[in-house]
Amino acid sequence: MQNASIDQLTQYLAKLPGLGPRSARRVVLYLIKRQEGLLRPLIKALDAVAKEIRTCATCGNVDTNDPCGVCSDVKRDHKTICVVEDVADLWALERTGIFKGVYHVLGGTLSALDGVGPDDLNIPGLVRRTEQGNVGEVVLALSATVDGQTTAHYIAECINRDATEVTALAHGVPVGGELDYLDEGTLTTALRARRGVS
Amino acid sequence: MEWTDDAIILSSRRHGESSSITTVLSPEHGRYAGLVRGGSGKNKRGILQAGNHVRVQWRARLPEHLGTFTCELVHPHAAMVLSDPLRLMALSSSCAVADSVLPEREPHPPVYEGLQVLLNSLGQGDFWPLIYVKWELGLLGELGFGLDFSECAATGRNDDLVYVSPKSGKAVSAGAGEPYKDRLLPLPGFLHGSAEEGTLEDAADGARLTGYFLNNHVYEQHGGTQPEARARFVQALRKTADGSPRNA
Repeated sequence: MQNASIDQLTQYLAKLPGLGPRSARRVVLYLIKRQEGLLRPLIKALDAVAKEIRTCATCGNVDTNDPCGVCSDVKRDHKTICVVEDVADLWALERTGIFKGVYHVLGGTLSALDGVGPDDLNIPGLVRRTEQGNVGEVVLALSATVDGQTTAHYIAECINRDATEVTALAHGVPVGGELDYLDEGTLTTALRARRGVS
Repeated sequence: MEWTDDAIILSSRRHGESSSITTVLSPEHGRYAGLVRGGSGKNKRGILQAGNHVRVQWRARLPEHLGTFTCELVHPHAAMVLSDPLRLMALSSSCAVADSVLPEREPHPPVYEGLQVLLNSLGQGDFWPLIYVKWELGLLGELGFGLDFSECAATGRNDDLVYVSPKSGKAVSAGAGEPYKDRLLPLPGFLHGSAEEGTLEDAADGARLTGYFLNNHVYEQHGGTQPEARARFVQALRKTADGSPRNA
């Protein structure tokens, strides 16, 4: 017999990615045993996130401020916009520390199967940004999937190419990748996108 | 229960955290759905792209079960066209059409063979828009709504065929169709000749023709509309044809 509140907590935790009912029960027990060190700080952190986090009206990023830290950073290159599917992709690019421009989060990709059309994504917002701002380049950092590339081509068509250059991430051999282990699709795109060696 | 066959991936939808429900088209088993464990993961997602040619093994305890697929990539058709918007749209459209009109678990080898030819043509040459239209015509025929372009529905002559009757799906000659030309559909020449004769404009007309009969005979009968992917492809094909009147 378990307490109803513990049951409820287990049920909620079981809905998190990577957790099922069994692992959720382990997490609950772990938290109960570490109330001061983990459970209360976790409650505080969750509460703060729930109260403070908002979506940036400019780019769609999540932050405690609107506009977000990236959009309000004057040191960044606001003439270059990197288009990503999701906030997770934005975080991934930020981890590299290479990209110094700003972002635009679409919120997904066009998908005929799931009924996701252009109006369901933040594409009009991107077109507005390129039309209003002095944007020199739009970098399409979308998945190398049929849906991702369909979205990329659609966006490229929506943007006025005379005023803004549209580029896309390269597809090919990953760093540390051995050709023998790569799938035929990756090898094909890598071979097609081959370039001269300097 | 178990079978192994060649197949083309038609669609793949995430199921749960890491799996996917994938629909394939195989020559011997038709349109078939199954669960792919880990299908949403990074290792298998590339294989399960629409249009890819795979070798699948389907397993289930009972034939009526959904069953599970294991897929091995044979040819990455999707990767070949990722950088070309119109070819990518054609690939998406053909897979979406096959997925939406074919009955489940009913073999249609000609549709499979035709789709293979179309997907192969997308990776090479410029004739693919004509092959796309011919594949849709073949699909209509397989579904029991074949169009007849062999002779004029009114005069029985087999020359100067330039229209199609929207009611009967039969060709109509220029002379017989003249009084009704506003109500008739244009018949591109390549549909009763060789593929080399067609232009992009003809392909766009052909896609309009097959779209009309797909809508009337298939989609509207089931209370639906043609897939968004097809509508987008036909629109882009028309736009390209209007912009560059080159030979296809």
